[in-house]
Amino acid sequence: MADGRSPPKVELRGVKKRFGSKVVLDGIDLAIGRGESLVVIGGSGTGKSVMLKCILGIVRPDSGSIKIGGEEVVGVSGSQRDKVLSRFGMLFQGAALFDSLPVWQNVAFGLIQGKKMPRREAKEIAITKLGQVGLGAEVGELFPAELSGGMQKRVGLARAIAADPEIIFFDEPTTGLDPIMADVINDLIIKCVRELGATAVSITHDMVSARKIADRIAMLHKGRIIWQGPTAEIARSGNPYVDQFVHGRADGPIEMEVRAA
Amino acid sequence: MNVFAHIGRVFLKFLEETGRLSVFTLDAVTATLRLPVYWSLIVQQMMRIGYFSLPVVGLTAFFTGGVLALQIYNGASRYGAETFVPVVVLVGITRELGPVIAGLMVAGRVGAAIAAEIGTMRVTEQIDALTTLATNPVKYLVVPRLVAAVISMPILVAIADSIGVFGGYVASTQALGFNGPIYLENTMNGLTYDDVSSGLIKAAVFGFIIALMGCYNGFHSKGGAQGVGQATTNAVVSASILVLAANYILTSVIFSHG
Repeated sequence: MADGRSPPKVELRGVKKRFGSKVVLDGIDLAIGRGESLVVIGGSGTGKSVMLKCILGIVRPDSGSIKIGGEEVVGVSGSQRDKVLSRFGMLFQGAALFDSLPVWQNVAFGLIQGKKMPRREAKEIAITKLGQVGLGAEVGELFPAELSGGMQKRVGLARAIAADPEIIFFDEPTTGLDPIMADVINDLIIKCVRELGATAVSITHDMVSARKIADRIAMLHKGRIIWQGPTAEIARSGNPYVDQFVHGRADGPIEMEVRAA
Repeated sequence: MNVFAHIGRVFLKFLEETGRLSVFTLDAVTATLRLPVYWSLIVQQMMRIGYFSLPVVGLTAFFTGGVLALQIYNGASRYGAETFVPVVVLVGITRELGPVIAGLMVAGRVGAAIAAEIGTMRVTEQIDALTTLATNPVKYLVVPRLVAAVISMPILVAIADSIGVFGGYVASTQALGFNGPIYLENTMNGLTYDDVSSGLIKAAVFGFIIALMGCYNGFHSKGGAQGVGQATTNAVVSASILVLAANYILTSVIFSHG
């Protein structure tokens, strides 16, 4: 449901993925417009992460098409894939910082390794980006293991925006943080995405976060998008699955697999 | 469960694993030949794989050389052939024990470390993060370790050879009453280029095997701490077995003509 004027920035059509006999993605159709912030909600194990990894090219879908800015990316490899990846930024759930490198080199990694920028210049940018997420230059000299969870997330965010990406992915950005730090991260995400004019795709099961950072929300259930619409409409979606998830009720059409399947 | 089904499953699993390893090896080798070359990472890995293995490899080589001298003396004296002790120690160390002992020690020390490090990077999504930062993880993580191991192992083994022969010298002169200068002279006279070079070729192959097993198992580790532990164990076990198997094959190939 991207606006009709320009082609969607990210477009998934009939994306399917199974691992062994387990169907994880069962035909995903999704379109994300330029500059839009889409949040995909859904319970654990509904395929949110796999969908993100398919778009990033880390996991290859079995069938279907994924287009970035109108270009097909499924199956591309080598330098072409690097070119696609250089337009992305990604904040991982556990921040995924390189623990052998100091913070500033983490932030500057994509600039130095990916874009071959001189180290001095890359360090300046890294320190600027750290400033944007509210961290001082002195943090740049620390190692990731010396930081708290919230600070690691901030560094991860700084790394995700370091190369001024067109599209940023957020994997459970607030999971594992206290409510206040979660809100700080939400604010930073909104600010960074807006400053860059980037398109944002987030996956989360945190409804507070979803309401705050999303322009539009899509709900994933059993490998399909079962509802999508503007954030304001989620409270009156008329969809019992969405209602159950949004209100966090144990009873409803979604049956939790309490026992291991 | 049906026994045949079980056997079939194990066999399929084996084929799957072999195929996956082959693809991984091919990926790693082609990535080695492609630019860019991460020189600083190679040097850093050479320090970790080669330099920091010196104490443990040196000590094992020293004692192995000593024990070799004692046992060979024991056997040779039955035939009055004690004068052959220096040259048999030399041949034993340079051709077989130097590279094999170093290979096994490095498999335990470095293979485990590589698997644990890369495995942890896998389960904490650091390898995915590399990909999203437009850096090929095989190029960035695997290639420097492979190259460093292939370069450092022969150097390490050359040093282990010297220390091993020295261990034999110490045991012979101190415990067995050999004359020092004559022992050394016999050793130098027995020294041939082929003995040493064959050991160094083996060392390079062992280095490749150890680094490859560490990287492969780390790369494909699953789950959390348990998965990384499993990967580490597999890396050491598979590297050790493959080192010994490769040693047999290399020996039969290198010395098949004489």
